[in-house]
Amino acid sequence: MIDAIYKAEWGRLLSGLIRAVGDFDVAEEALQDAFAAAVTEWAANAPRNPRAWLYGTARHKAIDKLRRRARLSAMAAALSADEEAPPPEEDSAVPDERLRLIFTCCHPSLAPDAQVALTLRTLCGLTTDEIARAFLVPTATMAQRLVRAKAKIRSAGIPYQVPAFEELPARAAMVMAVIYLVFNEGYSAAQGDALIRRELCAEAIRLARILRALPPVPVRELDALLALMLLHDARRDARVDPNGEMVPLGAQDRRRWDRAQIEEGIALIEDALRNAPAGPYALEAAIAAVHAEAVRAGDTDWKQIAGLYERLYERHPSPVVALNRAVAVSMADGAAAALPLVDALEPELDGYHLFHATRADLLHRLGRREEAVSAWQRARDLAQNDAERRFLTRRIQGTSAI
Amino acid sequence: MQYLLLIYENEKRFENGFDSKEMAEYQAFGKEFASKIEGGKALKPTNSATTVQVRNGKRLTTDGPFAETKEQLGGFYLVNAKDIDEAIHMASKIPGARFGSVEVRPIETFS
Repeated sequence: MIDAIYKAEWGRLLSGLIRAVGDFDVAEEALQDAFAAAVTEWAANAPRNPRAWLYGTARHKAIDKLRRRARLSAMAAALSADEEAPPPEEDSAVPDERLRLIFTCCHPSLAPDAQVALTLRTLCGLTTDEIARAFLVPTATMAQRLVRAKAKIRSAGIPYQVPAFEELPARAAMVMAVIYLVFNEGYSAAQGDALIRRELCAEAIRLARILRALPPVPVRELDALLALMLLHDARRDARVDPNGEMVPLGAQDRRRWDRAQIEEGIALIEDALRNAPAGPYALEAAIAAVHAEAVRAGDTDWKQIAGLYERLYERHPSPVVALNRAVAVSMADGAAAALPLVDALEPELDGYHLFHATRADLLHRLGRREEAVSAWQRARDLAQNDAERRFLTRRIQGTSAI
Repeated sequence: MQYLLLIYENEKRFENGFDSKEMAEYQAFGKEFASKIEGGKALKPTNSATTVQVRNGKRLTTDGPFAETKEQLGGFYLVNAKDIDEAIHMASKIPGARFGSVEVRPIETFS
């Protein structure tokens, strides 16, 4: 139970605490201590309102820490004045300051990689070790990065606030980039056994909704970003089978897609495309919408998808977009048309497991079985995710056995 | 005439704080030239810096200090801002930000 609360509530509790005590490190340590205390204390006597218990306990611990550090600032003095007040009982007593926190974590005075790391640590509650694995760096390196980012918040005077109106569009765009990275981390965890870290996807969607609810955020791409995440996340139940194994898009049981979420996503993207020229999030969302509209995999309008990838490539000529375009071409015009497009990407994508998996798939469809098996083996060697590795192993065994 | 005396040295020297003997030397320097000195501040290290440019009317803010060598230091403002957002806002209004860069660096305070 504590695990679930940690995942769901960490960001909201921490953002409220930072606002209350005015110090990132003290708030974070105090909240960690409160969760540790919960493990022992709740075994005997679970509180009626766990969130309020955690917030109240962490707040007291934070005040103690500020005192112990002999930094009896005006802040600590003011806080201890109402220390005798009973701990908050209602949920509303835990302030939701996540919007403030996300603008602080995504401040342009912080390096982009530090912005993402700080958001994952503070808002999403990932451990330093988990973030390190997501970024493929040693834990010590990531710990150092987080320490430096928090030190800079203090030394540079980065405020804990939502930016001024005229700054919002540019600042919101940076926040959106971070939200999308968080979503991707949840949608396809870079390593480990969990293929879908649902709570991260949910957190990214929630962050986008919070940002969207802020009245003066005039960001056209925000609706498109939310649509994109909703449409991808709608497939979550169909993406893994009961054994936790990965199911590719073409083989998914589409009745298990979240229809309500798809409808919300499609409505959002239709509005976004009507009101503005399509940006990158809108194009990706449109691609996801075309998939969502196909009742059976065979009904998918691959020509339209290939066209959308073409437009995306014009704006963002990245090899990964080119790879996806080649997959769409293979579905629209056949594997023989797509293989040269994929082969041309080898210099840039040789270290990317999906490059080899895509190549293997095309070779297999062209009946070049041995080459397909060796490409799948290469993909498996490069894959970081256990579920993906098992999936690729099954493809290798299935093809070799024929 | 007025002159600006700029101090350049390897900031790694101060990673673990300031040497008290050296601080005393700075104080002695300040006393010796008290009638001539119009102001002076120590800066926080470059890892606290933010660099601001304005191009085509759009503000570009990047983390870290000014790193180009093609441009030369041409002037400075010492400002009082409530946080870095206000300081960045002011930096972006300096005409020079349209042609070069303005590095925003917090002032070090000694308690």
